[in-house]
Amino acid sequence: MCVTHRYACSWWAAVQRGGRLTFFPGRIPAGSPAVRVLAATAWGVAILCLLPLVYLFVRTLQIGPGIARILGRARIWQVGGNSVALTLAVTASAVCVGTSLAWLTTRTDLRGRRFWSAVTSLPLVLPSYVGAFALIAALGPNGMLQAVLAPLGVERLPSIYGFPGAWLALTLFTYPYVQLSVRAGLRGLDPGQEEAARSLGLSSTQVMWRVVLPHLRPSIAAGALLVALYTLSDFGAVALLQFNAFTREIYVQYTAALDRSAAAVLGVMLVGLTLLILRGEYHLRGRGVHYRSGPGTARRQPVVALGRWQGLACGWCALVTLLALGVPLLVIGYWLVQPASVANPWAGVWGQTMNSVSAAGVAAVTAVIAAFPVMVYSVRRPGRSSRWAERCGYLGHALPGVVVALALVFLGARHVPRLYQTGPLLILAYVILFLPLALGPLRAALLNLSPRLEEAAAALGATPLRILRTITLPSVRPGVWLGLALVFLTVMKELPATLILGPTGFHTLATRIWGATEEALFTHAAPSALILVVVSAWSLWIILQQEESVR
Amino acid sequence: MPTWAWAVLLLVLVWAGWTRLTWLSGREGAADLVIYSGRSEALIADLIAEFEAEQEWTIHVRYGQTAELAATILEEGANSPADVFFAQDAGALGALARAGRLQVLPTELRTAVPAPFRSAQDQWVGISGRARVLVYHPDRVAPHELPTHWDDLRDPAWRGRLGWAPTNGSFQAFVTAMRVTRGMDATRDWLIGLRDLRTRSYARNTPIVWAVVAGEIDAGLVNHYYLHALARQRAEPLPIRNHYLDEVLVNVAGVGILDTSARSEAARAFIAFLLSDRAQRFFTEETFEYPLTGRVDPHPDLPPLSALQTPDLDLDDLDDLEPTLNLLQECNIL
Repeated sequence: MCVTHRYACSWWAAVQRGGRLTFFPGRIPAGSPAVRVLAATAWGVAILCLLPLVYLFVRTLQIGPGIARILGRARIWQVGGNSVALTLAVTASAVCVGTSLAWLTTRTDLRGRRFWSAVTSLPLVLPSYVGAFALIAALGPNGMLQAVLAPLGVERLPSIYGFPGAWLALTLFTYPYVQLSVRAGLRGLDPGQEEAARSLGLSSTQVMWRVVLPHLRPSIAAGALLVALYTLSDFGAVALLQFNAFTREIYVQYTAALDRSAAAVLGVMLVGLTLLILRGEYHLRGRGVHYRSGPGTARRQPVVALGRWQGLACGWCALVTLLALGVPLLVIGYWLVQPASVANPWAGVWGQTMNSVSAAGVAAVTAVIAAFPVMVYSVRRPGRSSRWAERCGYLGHALPGVVVALALVFLGARHVPRLYQTGPLLILAYVILFLPLALGPLRAALLNLSPRLEEAAAALGATPLRILRTITLPSVRPGVWLGLALVFLTVMKELPATLILGPTGFHTLATRIWGATEEALFTHAAPSALILVVVSAWSLWIILQQEESVR
Repeated sequence: MPTWAWAVLLLVLVWAGWTRLTWLSGREGAADLVIYSGRSEALIADLIAEFEAEQEWTIHVRYGQTAELAATILEEGANSPADVFFAQDAGALGALARAGRLQVLPTELRTAVPAPFRSAQDQWVGISGRARVLVYHPDRVAPHELPTHWDDLRDPAWRGRLGWAPTNGSFQAFVTAMRVTRGMDATRDWLIGLRDLRTRSYARNTPIVWAVVAGEIDAGLVNHYYLHALARQRAEPLPIRNHYLDEVLVNVAGVGILDTSARSEAARAFIAFLLSDRAQRFFTEETFEYPLTGRVDPHPDLPPLSALQTPDLDLDDLDDLEPTLNLLQECNIL
């Protein structure tokens, strides 16, 4: 305690002095072969992620002076403004919901904590088009809620369409990104620091604001970034909820006008917007150290007694779960019990499940492996080169799936026809689209690992590979598991890239749900939707168990 | 579980995944025919399986949205693996034809269907017809209120009671048809008129039909078959009806053979199969669409095709979407 206390005092003094901690980069000696290999691998991954951008520029350059006409439309800017407003609102609310749920389910004596911890992260497994559809059925005009309230004299609910609906739906289906990320962050916190702050006379509220939250900044920022990029690129929810976002504009250009050049110009604008967001995140994430530098091992964290807030906390968890998970499950259940219009709606579900799981599994492992060099490079060798390598990795996530898919059609069919419409190209599309889901958690995990440990090993003569195997990898395991989970679950519900780039005859649960709802055959879609939710929930549960057992 | 066990498990998973993915990608030389279908698998998989069994051919079908598949074919260029494009609407076929991506069809295929339902340049042929109607709730729309002409919907009595789907291909084709037959100005007036009546926008046709059922709106502009498809799935009868106006646009789902196809014999056989009585009856019974060859009767719940007054229009013109989109954007609808 004494050593921890001394450390905390000096740490606290540093906070008081500058408000910000100095950053100690890990000292992999510059110019060593290990760094060169690391940089080259990281940039290799980054360049793969830039492929869609190459396509967008090729198409943009083709229209020449037409660009002025497209950019001159007042509408484009108005719609862009809509997207920015939605992104800001959704990110802010997802951070509030996600952080509060993460804190309640990890650090308090919330009743049924393990149960809430599992179910509140489940909305992640729902495709946003399914979720938005369910939300309309429940909260829309003359929906379920209206039917329940009608005897009480409520004749009209506020409209769900437009901004409020899109905001609610996207918040409900993206907050788990923040929640999972913050959860991992909270588990990595050293209780010694909070104790030290308490011993220096801070109240528990002050500890929350001045110690816990600042330390969670990288986790919150990582989750918020994923939410922002998801919102920016989502098409399903905004289309169903009648909100005119930028993606809808891109979609209209592609599908209605078959105008790939106009769509490309809009895509480039979206990339520009993403770079702004990444800049914002870079400032938000802060540059403090987040690993323990005192001796000793991390201990169990103190549990906060909720006391009279217990009921309110449970109510909050229940409300979020009901809206984000209960409503969609209710709608799926409704269609499951309707008489089927086709002979056997369960036919073929097994094959689709296997396809979904194997594609998502391979994509998740590949994405995490690809994310590793990028993130190690960025965290251990901070600088302009590594910062841009990391940013490149994030670009694909902000583009609608159809843009990335068509980019790979263009490059694949024309330049590597042997790979076109095969598994590898599909996996590449998944990695480009979802690499950030692996990058974020890895970053948070790496920040929690003191480079001193790696340095000590190096000083004792361990080779870089051995250090990676014996120190780095085991220490960042929670981040790796979380990254695997996020990529896996997102690929399970991915649609446009799977449809366009999948091997011919490759049907997944998501393509089946889409195909059936397209023809309004909801009874046909319900079994696949149920299996999608069950399999995803089960994988999420296993992965969270793993994450838990690590610490 | 020890680390090595996890590593083994992971390797097995990756190996299984890759074999599954690459196994499915063995399309080189394996397929006798590759179809890109904008019609969903739920609808036509059985029909294609029937054809496959009949011919003992291996057929690969890529399902997707019509417009995305058309964009994919354009991006694929000369290396497109597709032989046949089966589209949900004539506009997408027209766009491919205009880009020079469709072959001219042999006479026996193109004459199987009467003139308004095939390409004027003989590059594609319609398979089934889909009429634009007004779906309405009889409890909330009195019989005398039902419009005889689309212009009747501009009556202030319809304020806030209508729904449409501006991003949907069928709606855009409908507006294009109106633009071609009645001119830009009349179409603009009509669009602005309906917009000012607070006509609600939906993403697709199905949500409109649901909204009418739910009482969110009283009537909506949709294709005729959604009502029948939904009704079949529900235990209790749907309380809504289709209203056919005096002039009904009948768009088609159709097929064309790609210019890059080296297997056009199989492609032609497939199109001939789609035009056979067996397949035409399938569309009639399963999708409630209009058969087009004239040898099969439409579903008894539908008015006969001959009773519908279709606008004087070349369906090829439906590919001219650019002005339509500009118009919709100019009117602040899209």
